[in-house]
Amino acid sequence: MSIATVFEIVLAAVVLILGIWTIAVRETYSATVGFIAYGLLVALIWVRLDAVDVALTEAAISGGLGGVLLLGAAARLQDAELTATEAPSKVTRVSAALLSSLTAAALASAVLFLPDSPPTLAPTVAGHAWATSLANPVTNVLMAFRAMDTMLEKVVLLLAIIGVWSLAPDDAWGGRPGLRHQADPNDILVFLARLLPPVGIVAGIYIFWTGANHPGGAFQGGAILASMWLLTVMAGLTDTPPVSRRWLRFVLIAGPGLFLIVGLGGLWFGAAFLAYPPALAKPLILGIEVAMILTIAATLGLLLTGAPERSEGQ
Amino acid sequence: MNAVTVFGIFAAVAVGLGLYGLITNPEPLRKIIGFNLLGSGVFLLFGVVGRRGAAAGIGNDPVPQALVITGVVVAFSATALAIALLMRLHQKGGPTTLGNGSPPSARSDPLGS
Amino acid sequence: MSLVRDIMTIAAVSAGALFFLAGTVGLLRFPDTLTRLHALTKADNLGLGLVVLGLLLQAGNLRDGLKLIGIWLLALLAGATVSQLIARTARQGEAAK
Repeated sequence: MSIATVFEIVLAAVVLILGIWTIAVRETYSATVGFIAYGLLVALIWVRLDAVDVALTEAAISGGLGGVLLLGAAARLQDAELTATEAPSKVTRVSAALLSSLTAAALASAVLFLPDSPPTLAPTVAGHAWATSLANPVTNVLMAFRAMDTMLEKVVLLLAIIGVWSLAPDDAWGGRPGLRHQADPNDILVFLARLLPPVGIVAGIYIFWTGANHPGGAFQGGAILASMWLLTVMAGLTDTPPVSRRWLRFVLIAGPGLFLIVGLGGLWFGAAFLAYPPALAKPLILGIEVAMILTIAATLGLLLTGAPERSEGQ
Repeated sequence: MNAVTVFGIFAAVAVGLGLYGLITNPEPLRKIIGFNLLGSGVFLLFGVVGRRGAAAGIGNDPVPQALVITGVVVAFSATALAIALLMRLHQKGGPTTLGNGSPPSARSDPLGS
Repeated sequence: MSLVRDIMTIAAVSAGALFFLAGTVGLLRFPDTLTRLHALTKADNLGLGLVVLGLLLQAGNLRDGLKLIGIWLLALLAGATVSQLIARTARQGEAAK
């Protein structure tokens, strides 16, 4: 049993204890903080599983942006905690524990009895890398071999934004999401919001651009860009745009729209929907990814600021 | 018992934990956290299957990785929509529980919506 | 030569881990928020700095080394800002009581 295996077993044990604490702790705020720490440690597990792209996505989107979302909600709901006092009955708890244990046991036995010669698509992906001349196999799968999934995922993001915006009250319809943050010019948060975004924007664009040949990609880069924008909003340096602005809506549909146009181009001029001619594959994919990163950054940021709460004039 | 199997068993336990938290915690925010825990366990199962399928010089089968990346983004947007619903419920002034409490009444809401 | 480098890496990373341990013990044992923040900054600055120093010896080229130093500087920036914000909130909480 090598040192690496011991480290991985210890890591799994620590994350397990953290998960149990997150479920069992009494205050909601502590559970939120525990979940953020859990998300970051699970990103470490993903690195040990040799899936660095997924580790980046988990840390940035699930741990980082998801954590901010839950923290904001926990802070705003702190006074409402007193009204939620109905603990579930003993019968519910016992049957829920039974159901959870059965599910966990079934999945664990499935893991233990996986076939010895595992089926894999890695040789197929490696064999078809000539079609796109990109070196990162995950980007190949995301943008070329299963591009339909990625395009539909962008549409799902769009549907989520429409769902969130539809929750606006009547007098704030089409207005600005979230409350206005005040900024004292000598504040430390304002200092951070002036210093960090240039670095963060470069880091986000770098992670997006290097995703062609190394771990990275549009989702991870877009999450970093979204968080830089949110930092300036939280420090009060900028205000959220009114959701009725046409340019904002254009940015939101640019990603899936360009994807769809390229796909239809493949249908009319090429072999099939979303087929790229091998000579043009790399510029087409990078072009789609540029539109994608803008849409992803705008969508993730707007999902975090929530439903419109102020009317346009404010 | 190598490390990948340990991670697989941890992923199964995470699914069970998330399911338990989703069912038993009365507050909606804790249910959302449980749902996210459940989701991360399922994604780790994909990762374990992908790790066992390492071949052709790639450390982890890229197809499950792409599916998980898609899944993480979709789970985040579902969480964001759920939190927006929760915030709206909180604004309307009702109790933020899912119990069989008082139905939404027609009394005037001080927030004016 | 590489043996000397490996020994120095192990020494630096172990010293960094020691500072992380000290910071965690301080977090658990100190009585209030401000003293706990004081303990955490030791882990952040010195601990991470020593770990990065140890890893710098193993970095293959200049670009990886610069990335490591950049990570340390960003962690310093974030830690310093968040410590100030938490300390201010803690003081406001005490003043309100």
